[in-house]
Amino acid sequence: MKYSSVFDIIGPVMIGPSSSHTAGAARIGKAARNLFGKEPKWARIHLYESFAKTYRGHGTDFALAGGLLGFETDDPRMNKALEIAEERNLAIEFIEDSAGVSHPNTARLIIGDDKDRMELVGISIGGGKIEITELNGFELRLSGNHPAILIMHNDRFGAIASVTKILAKYEINIGHMEVNRKDVGKEALMVIEVDQNVDDSVLKELEGADHIEQIAKIVS
Amino acid sequence: MFRTVSELVEIAEQENIIISEVMIRQEMEAKEKTREQVFAEMENNLDVMEKAVEDSLQGVKSVTGLTGGDAVKVQEYMKEKTPLSGNIVMDAVSKAMGTNEVNAAMGTICATPTAGSAGCVPGTLFAVKNQLNPTHEQMVRYLFTSGAFGFVVANNSFISGAAGGCQAEVGSAGAMASAAIVEMAGGTPQQSAEAFAMTLKNMLGLVCDPVAGLVEVPCVKRNAGGSTLAIVSADMALAGVTSTIPCDEVIGAMYRIGKQMPSSLRETGEGGLANTATGRELKDKIFGTSV
Repeated sequence: MKYSSVFDIIGPVMIGPSSSHTAGAARIGKAARNLFGKEPKWARIHLYESFAKTYRGHGTDFALAGGLLGFETDDPRMNKALEIAEERNLAIEFIEDSAGVSHPNTARLIIGDDKDRMELVGISIGGGKIEITELNGFELRLSGNHPAILIMHNDRFGAIASVTKILAKYEINIGHMEVNRKDVGKEALMVIEVDQNVDDSVLKELEGADHIEQIAKIVS
Repeated sequence: MFRTVSELVEIAEQENIIISEVMIRQEMEAKEKTREQVFAEMENNLDVMEKAVEDSLQGVKSVTGLTGGDAVKVQEYMKEKTPLSGNIVMDAVSKAMGTNEVNAAMGTICATPTAGSAGCVPGTLFAVKNQLNPTHEQMVRYLFTSGAFGFVVANNSFISGAAGGCQAEVGSAGAMASAAIVEMAGGTPQQSAEAFAMTLKNMLGLVCDPVAGLVEVPCVKRNAGGSTLAIVSADMALAGVTSTIPCDEVIGAMYRIGKQMPSSLRETGEGGLANTATGRELKDKIFGTSV
């Protein structure tokens, strides 16, 4: 089920005006920031359909910026996020994209700094709830309902086993797991939803495991 | 875990508990939280709602100046005259509009189920409160009951205007409020379901056509309409009136209607009221004429 909590329906507490265009957008921005693991220096944000048509009136632009800055949906600075981004030297560009998408509220965020770059697609499904549907070209379905670990790795024997072995050692239970690869033997992505937030020390150990390239986590 | 309204009502009847209790127990189980934690989180939402209503009665104005001040007008009218539709209905209208005026003015609100439809649930709650004199716990339960019905709609249909039109937003919100009023007034779980169905039926087909794409016109006044229907349908259900089409089938109909709705009528600001002479004029005034 897409909605798993009563607080998805009664909530979130937020700064207006639209839960899908403002609160949801802020959460997409925040998910991107969390996955990037640091504050980006630049962002190119493509907006589609209802997002593209009405983003100024709905504050989708400042909400996405707020999320990238790490703001929660009820942060009183939300409607000043574009100015704050400028002060913090985060350059953001919005592109009204007319390409076809499967959900009317879709945003593609390409973010980065001098060293790294990341591309993420998020959809805002209503009432402030979001899903991440694409990360660096990999399709996925991440609800943000549970803490999750995202692991970019090489498609090799033992890559998955080395990860699950470490999680088992720390008694971390896997609720849902997906593995996706670009081609046999090429880069791949593991998405692991877990029951509790994972300590950074565990992530460090995972980073050192065989065939692991990069790790990010989503805190619930 | 319940997926449909009929399952929700069945659980309540079998266990001899009210709808809000079914929702509280499910939340505790699904999120592995204590009753106190779940309750405290909802109390916080209730506080945000109360604060938004209070702020609106001081008079607010949106950034564009399109909305604000109507909640106050209705309160003054109630003091000076006897409203034709009665005090509770007009009080709900005032407080529902007030919440959405605060939303349009970039104030803090609680989405119920969305921000554009945030007025119906608190508006009706703080209006019926004066007659039903609920305890604090009953007021928090009101939100759990609203949430239980909204949960079914969100998982079987949609709650956003972009996905399904305003029937999905204010339609769901008004219907959720209806069900919660029935519980607070001492009605049965099945009567809550009947009230929900009757409100949503009256909202079917409602398009999302915000002028200039802003959550202001017609959103603020539609929350007034949604909360009015919520009270009237709750009264009908408490009187024993039932919905010929069962609640879950009404939700299914809402979903199919939303799917058939063209994108111009789903929160793009391109059709309906947004595409009237005045709607276009206001858009140009706010955002400048697009070339």
